[in-house]
Amino acid sequence: MVEVTKLIHKYLRHDKKFPHVWCPGCGIGIMLGALVRAIDRVGYSKDEIVMVSGIGCTGRLPVYVDFNTLHTTHGRALAFGTGVKLANPNLKVIVVMGDGDAVAIGGNHFIHAARRNIDITAIILNNSVYGMTGGQFSPTTPYGMKTTTTVYSNVEQAFKISELAVTAGAVFVARGTVYHAKLLDGLMEKAFLKVGFSVVEVISHCHTQFGRLNRMGSAVEMMQWQREHAVTVEKARQMKEKELQDKFKIGVLVDRELPVYQDEYEKVRKWSQGVVKK
Amino acid sequence: MKTRKGIEVSIAASIAAKLARVEVIAAYPITPQTHIVEHLAEIVAEGELDAIYINVESEYSAMSACCGAAAAGARTFTSTSAQGLELMHEILFIASGMRFPIVMATVNRALSSPLSIWGDHSDVMAARDTGWIVLFCENGQEVVDSIIMAYKMGEDRRVLLPVMVNLDGFSLSHVIEPIELPSQKEVDEFLPPYNPLYTLHPDKPVTMGAYGMPELYTEAKYAQETAIINSKKVIIDVMDEFGKKFGRYYKPVETYNTDKADFVFIGLGSVNENIKTAIDDLKTQGKEAGLINLRLFRPFPSDELMSALQGKKKVAVIERVMPGGAKNSPLYNEIASLAFANRMTLKMENYIVGLGGRDVLPEDFQQIYNEMAAKEKAEKVKKDKNYTVMRVRA
Ligand SMILES: Cc1ncc(C[n+]2csc(CCOP(=O)(O)OP(=O)(O)O)c2C)c(N)n1
Ligand code: SF4
Ligand SMILES: [Mg+2]
Repeated sequence: MVEVTKLIHKYLRHDKKFPHVWCPGCGIGIMLGALVRAIDRVGYSKDEIVMVSGIGCTGRLPVYVDFNTLHTTHGRALAFGTGVKLANPNLKVIVVMGDGDAVAIGGNHFIHAARRNIDITAIILNNSVYGMTGGQFSPTTPYGMKTTTTVYSNVEQAFKISELAVTAGAVFVARGTVYHAKLLDGLMEKAFLKVGFSVVEVISHCHTQFGRLNRMGSAVEMMQWQREHAVTVEKARQMKEKELQDKFKIGVLVDRELPVYQDEYEKVRKWSQGVVKK
Repeated sequence: MKTRKGIEVSIAASIAAKLARVEVIAAYPITPQTHIVEHLAEIVAEGELDAIYINVESEYSAMSACCGAAAAGARTFTSTSAQGLELMHEILFIASGMRFPIVMATVNRALSSPLSIWGDHSDVMAARDTGWIVLFCENGQEVVDSIIMAYKMGEDRRVLLPVMVNLDGFSLSHVIEPIELPSQKEVDEFLPPYNPLYTLHPDKPVTMGAYGMPELYTEAKYAQETAIINSKKVIIDVMDEFGKKFGRYYKPVETYNTDKADFVFIGLGSVNENIKTAIDDLKTQGKEAGLINLRLFRPFPSDELMSALQGKKKVAVIERVMPGGAKNSPLYNEIASLAFANRMTLKMENYIVGLGGRDVLPEDFQQIYNEMAAKEKAEKVKKDKNYTVMRVRA
């Protein structure tokens, strides 16, 4: 069997849940590929993983993977995941969200999970819109772009998800694109291995909604856009502010150490039980 | 000459909001409500309606922004479904408690879990006692007319309450129906601009939503309750006035073929169209059944329902929600308590249909009729499950 077929057989509910619901050419499938490859490289067993999602095109991802899965409500995935992790810290909790899930309706959970530094990996597919409900405005929709609820032009400034995560306290933050698939594999792998709250923002395209409304062309053309506008963190260091204006950085944005919530909590528990002295 | 044109009910609902000249719309998209708010966003963007459309980040914010806008004196509109309505729950009480005449089109959909985008009434039934006036619609024309009437009901100084207009997800929201859209001139003549009693204004500052200490809280709630109970008279007046103006007459409780029948169905929303079809089919077989259609659910139209039930022997209460551990589904419980208080002896059965988009066909109602007709005497009350879930695979 070729490598990819082996992975499909091992990790996907290929005989039960396919065909999937995503549009042909959607970037979510590429992200799923990266996710599975990274998990395989890290070597987690399928049963120790809990994949939690909210609602949306991205939120459907756990339907297709053969792990423990928890399909929750729009925006609450991280809160559910927090419960899972604290009830059984041995589980590897991966939370998959859309941009709407993560920073619109669930924005509060996102900044608090980062601040708390709980050992969860959050994977956020940012396609600049609410894909599932039909291409409406999201807080990640760039200024001036069209959506079905900003018919002429969006008048609001967009959230930068990764930068938000850095500021909120996440210990590992990386951004990739579905065009740079190989890089994405690596970023996910690093995120899984990091202890603490890790975030991978995946820039993707929703050609059927966002792309069509903004005349950005096919999935391929939108991926070309990703190629042209992404700059690696390393390369960005050599560039001037002005050159970076319409670009976004990809790669590891932050990798730092901060006390991890479960560990700190465990310490307090031991003190309170008199097992260890403060 | 009035003309009806084929139009998707969601689009017609958004046009009704436009005709009501709403000034602030705050909404978060959710299936099956999306077409209503997308079309409104477009109407506003095209300059056809002088309003602000706020792209909020959740339904929680949508209802909060509507409250804020209403507090500042604006006519406000929103729409949601299912999970969105649940997320609004806290603010639903704020809207009614602060007496803001917000109008919301609730496109009824099942609640998770399991996840379902399809229709039933579990959303509205979880919000039924939030102090809102609650209307149900059987068809697209009623949706349009109800949204326009809702402002006149809610904004009346004797009422000042929010109004929820319910339409079934997909089976009503996404169908194309022949609908007569009134002209702007006609609607303007019927519905004057909103003239709020109190607003947040620098010339005359007020405090809204302040603490209700134990010596005041009960009185505030009593006043609110009195307002919703008394709103029925205003609701009936508005329906009458609407009828005179537009030629379509509505009542809180409507009946179909109830004169001849001592068997009646009671239902809410678009399922009543199928019940009517079943009634017509039964007629061809020489069987008589009637329908009591509750257009108004809150305030509960007890008197009207009592008159409609006079002389009836068997009643099938049809609902699209699970009782959730209650003795029966909500509407059944209320009718039973009404019948008990009035010493009526009715043979009543409770049927749960159409959960999470499960088909409900006219044949189902024929079957219900035949089942109940076959049982002559009232049976003993069943102890555990006093209702039947149609088409369930147990
Ligand atoms: C409380 C609540 N409000 C609204 C919705 C409707 N809804 C489902 S998915 C979605 C947006 C999805 O956007 P995003 O999170 O960016 O995911 P994508 O589909 O783009 O991958 C919305 C608004 C919902 N399910 N629950
Ligand atoms: S609607 Fe957009 S995000 Fe959803 S599957 Fe299609 S392309 Fe992907
Ligand atoms: Mg999205």
